[in-house]
Amino acid sequence: MEASADHSGMPPRLALRHITKRYPGIVANDDVSLTVQPGEIHAVLGENGAGKSTLMKIIYGAVQADAGQIEWNGKPERIATPAAARHLGIGMVFQHFQLFETLSVVENIALALEGHFDLKTLAGRVAEVSRKYGLPLDPQRLVHSLSVGERQRVEIVRCLLQNPQLLILDEPTSVLTPQAVRALFDTLRQLAAEGVSILYISHKLHEIQELCDRATVMQAGKVTGEAEPRQETPASLARMMIGRDLPVCSTSAFAGESQPVLEVRGLSFANPDPFGTSLHDVNLTVHSGEVVGIAGISGNGQAELLAALSGEQISAPQAILLNGNPVGNLHAGRRRDKGLAFVPEERLGRGAVPAMTLAQNFMLTAHRNPDLRSFGLMSRTRARLHAAKCVERFDVRCNGALSAARSLSGGNLQKFIVGREIMQNPRVLIVAQPTWGVDVGAAAFLRQTLLDISRSGVAVLVVSEELEELFEICDRIAVLAGGRLSQPVPREQTDAENIGLLMGGQSQAA
Amino acid sequence: MNSELIAILGATLAAAVPLIFAGLGELITEKSGVMNLGVEGMMLIGAVAGFAGGVHWGVGGGLLCGAVAGLLAALPFAFLTLSLGANQPAAGLALTIFGTGLSAFIGQYFVSQSMPGLQAWAVPGLAQIPVIGPVFFNQTYVVYLSYLTFAIVAWTLARTRVGLILRAVGESPDAAHAIGYPVISIRYAATLCGGALSGIAGAYLSTVYTPLWVQNMTAGRGWIAVALVVFAAWKPWRLMLGAYLFGGMTILQMYLQGKSLQLPAVLASIPHLQDAVDVLMHNVLGTSQFLASVPYLATIIVLVLISRDRRVLFLSFPASLGKPYIEGR
Amino acid sequence: MMQLLEPRAYPSVLLRWTAPLIAILLTLCSAALLFLALGKPPLQAFHVFFIEPLQTTNGWSELLLKASPLILIAQGLALGFRARIYNIGAEGQFLIGAICASGVAIYTDGLEGWWILPAMVIAGAIGGGMWGGLSAWLKTRFNAEETLTTLMLTYVASYLLSWLVSGPWRDPGGTNFPQSILFADPAMFTPLIDGLRVNGSIFITIVAVPLFWLFVTKSFLAYQLAVGGEAPAAARYAGFSAKYTVWVSLIVSGLTAGIAGAAEAAGPVGQLTLSLSPGYGYAAIIVAWVGRLHPVGMALSGLLLALIYLGGEAAQVSMQLPAAISWLFQGMLLFFLLGSDAFVDYRLKRRRKAAGAAAEAQA
Repeated sequence: MEASADHSGMPPRLALRHITKRYPGIVANDDVSLTVQPGEIHAVLGENGAGKSTLMKIIYGAVQADAGQIEWNGKPERIATPAAARHLGIGMVFQHFQLFETLSVVENIALALEGHFDLKTLAGRVAEVSRKYGLPLDPQRLVHSLSVGERQRVEIVRCLLQNPQLLILDEPTSVLTPQAVRALFDTLRQLAAEGVSILYISHKLHEIQELCDRATVMQAGKVTGEAEPRQETPASLARMMIGRDLPVCSTSAFAGESQPVLEVRGLSFANPDPFGTSLHDVNLTVHSGEVVGIAGISGNGQAELLAALSGEQISAPQAILLNGNPVGNLHAGRRRDKGLAFVPEERLGRGAVPAMTLAQNFMLTAHRNPDLRSFGLMSRTRARLHAAKCVERFDVRCNGALSAARSLSGGNLQKFIVGREIMQNPRVLIVAQPTWGVDVGAAAFLRQTLLDISRSGVAVLVVSEELEELFEICDRIAVLAGGRLSQPVPREQTDAENIGLLMGGQSQAA
Repeated sequence: MNSELIAILGATLAAAVPLIFAGLGELITEKSGVMNLGVEGMMLIGAVAGFAGGVHWGVGGGLLCGAVAGLLAALPFAFLTLSLGANQPAAGLALTIFGTGLSAFIGQYFVSQSMPGLQAWAVPGLAQIPVIGPVFFNQTYVVYLSYLTFAIVAWTLARTRVGLILRAVGESPDAAHAIGYPVISIRYAATLCGGALSGIAGAYLSTVYTPLWVQNMTAGRGWIAVALVVFAAWKPWRLMLGAYLFGGMTILQMYLQGKSLQLPAVLASIPHLQDAVDVLMHNVLGTSQFLASVPYLATIIVLVLISRDRRVLFLSFPASLGKPYIEGR
Repeated sequence: MMQLLEPRAYPSVLLRWTAPLIAILLTLCSAALLFLALGKPPLQAFHVFFIEPLQTTNGWSELLLKASPLILIAQGLALGFRARIYNIGAEGQFLIGAICASGVAIYTDGLEGWWILPAMVIAGAIGGGMWGGLSAWLKTRFNAEETLTTLMLTYVASYLLSWLVSGPWRDPGGTNFPQSILFADPAMFTPLIDGLRVNGSIFITIVAVPLFWLFVTKSFLAYQLAVGGEAPAAARYAGFSAKYTVWVSLIVSGLTAGIAGAAEAAGPVGQLTLSLSPGYGYAAIIVAWVGRLHPVGMALSGLLLALIYLGGEAAQVSMQLPAAISWLFQGMLLFFLLGSDAFVDYRLKRRRKAAGAAAEAQA
């Protein structure tokens, strides 16, 4: 690679020495050291919760380390605020975009820049930089009207206008189609060739192998290894990342009779929210015994489709059929009565009430069980027993059924919610982003659970941004883009490239 | 144009001043994402401090005392909700209750005192314009100050970096923090600024509008100001409009008291209708109690009209309004 | 650094229950400073405020008489507060309750019958409930903030009261004062003990507290309300109706306030007057917060607030302090409570500089 030029004799662009950061109850970074050379593309690899994001926030001045030292171009620095980081020449592209929806592109960029406040001149500079690096943007558009990919460009252009010497990207590809990822990589290589160092945070092994010169691997807050990714195999990187081989799911064919359970017919939804997406003529059938996956980048109608399916948003009666009965006009509770179960993307605040105990959270959807509720009164003891059963059966690691939902890690809370929904004996189970932010072990357990429940005769619908996950567990895959759903295709008849093209079809056109 | 109408319009502008100051103050506070329901309390504290200052140093000193007192009154609210992340509606309510008590407590020393009123000052030249001149430019200088405050607030919010930062913090404190803005400090500034403006609003009531101290003299104007901010959809020019609408209503009710309603000839020819209207006016609609309750009923109607259509609010609504922000959560 | 707090790993259970006591203590300290500043010895003032009112049977009777409506209103309000429905217009619902009950009393004047008093209480409950329901309708139908509408309706209620007592319902035989006729015996709660004002209406509160306790801890409806308040998206996800929550919260809180208003008119006041309520509707909000929204906690905080009322009256008489001082203390109490509450979920941030120095020492 042209990027890995020889920089011997120059001090490293950035050196972290023995960084430690503690949060109540957890050590996020434990004695972490790493160095980045000028013009180097350096990967920080680790699974969810390994402490990568905290480390980046420390470099960017958004969080202060409890101990350790940061050297910038050979000199020790104390980076107290993001503004100080920007002064040094550090730019950051956040995983969760730090943009303001109601402001225009140029206003968003102006907020991160200093100097004379002149939006007109700035708009010109934005257009110029975006042309130079192949990141087309209209400076006057309001951010809420942009696609996810365009928003990422705003973040990158915002950094580039500050002439950074180091660019940090936190999981930048989770919102991009495979094609858009290649375009991003081209931009990054161009920057590296100009001498900009890049810190690239990811848990996707093949991307790191394709793009990065060196990698620092983290696990549970500690550095577990340094590697040259191109010398390694995905399996060897995975072992460094999780300390063992990547678990794989086992699939069998469904033995029972396959019947349509969930049918969506011509579902449309005009979104009153100007920030939201509308649905256009969505058609889909999910049969008992199969897992159907919906791929696509969030913001393309996923939230709207899920709300329409779960009953949080009501539609025409005939638009959604459950076991052949129209349910489109029934609200969420009535649909659950008829055998629908749903695991939402937001675990805290939607799938579970953060401040309530697991026992109380179990009641959220299990209250229709006559064992738990009679004459309008609830039985707390029995709710606790049921919740404890769920904790045991689905391997939820916590301090028992009386621990608060918010005290659980993402993976364990997800296991609890999935378990709770399965214990309602549903006919159809809808799961959004089943393993988002979950560690590898829990993710494998969750995927296996979904496969097993489908093979017991339940119709399972999975909505996910992770293509690899969908290819691992789904029998058929459809793509939701721009509020339109493509025809589901059997897994064997498609590949990531084709799905990626469909994903880009509507939303990435801009 | 007849002189009575000009008098009504002129009086409307004067009556709207407290709503303008308090409303703009609350608008600034809410734009930063903080909902302060303590406007009524801050106005009362401003009113009593303003009167105390006004007795000693005249109206100017009174307004200044009101501003400082309003700012100080907002301080415990800001500390609780911003530094300690307390529930904003509850803290605002506490501020109103506290302000009601404190102002009555301090006010006991001023109950029977009076101070000279403020004379109108006609702006040379402008006051000679027909109709507009006598309505807009033959007022006390505090009314001119209310125009100026509006212009500054509107310009700052729309055109300057400060305004942009305020809107950004109100929409997404997390994003603002991530790109390096001191969210809490900015919200402190906005909240205290809101307090100072509410204090001026109160001081205007006790030193200019009715130069007296009377317990609970704000009579719900602070709450109406809060409602006006919603009505205004967080836009300064709509807030002015709302304030004049409500100012007009207070003035009109004084004019209408005891008046009878003469039906147009077509309707008056219907037997007994005029009699029925007379009875209704005399016993219900024309009574001081009914007319006095009109601004509150109107507030409800205005809230209904504006809140019904959420889309109107989308782009100017500070998305983080009322939500506590704790760094690093 | 303006932000003083960082989240605790686990909320402090100890602080959750001691926060009200800390708030009371801080309020007392501030009060002592205030009395000192006014040149009144604090101990004597406290004696006047908190001991003197309880040294006579009459004092205890007055305490119960004032605590009863406060506790009753707070029970209803707390239900809404759990669901984050902020009804701050209980004062108006209280007045409407009193007006409806008085209407029954005025139009049945001269009649005899055991049913008059229950009819008054029921009329008060319906009136208060409907007044609260009005805000629920505005919220569910038009999305108008209940904080503002309940409060605006309070002003409307007070003008309605004023209009009634100076117009249609003014005592024709009386002087020109804006007040109604004195209610006849069948329209009054009889005092429990001769010569004292405490009356049978306190039994409504005594029954209401355990009923609300049962409702809050056991009922599925209360669970739905709590979920709606804690996490609205979770309530939507579970299929709990948000509109239903609004209706229940506002009607129940209006209902309890209405009953309290009816009991006030048919009890210590005995007629409809302008000065019917000493601000119970507002004070009950503080009772609810200080009592942790817990039915039993609110019974205790209701007694405390009633004592502050009595103390204010006593201080007015014997120390020439204005009665408004009790509002001052109520506001302070809520301030301090909200402040101490922050430490249930958060703790003070450890100083950054200290941590940095430690790091340098290590390096």
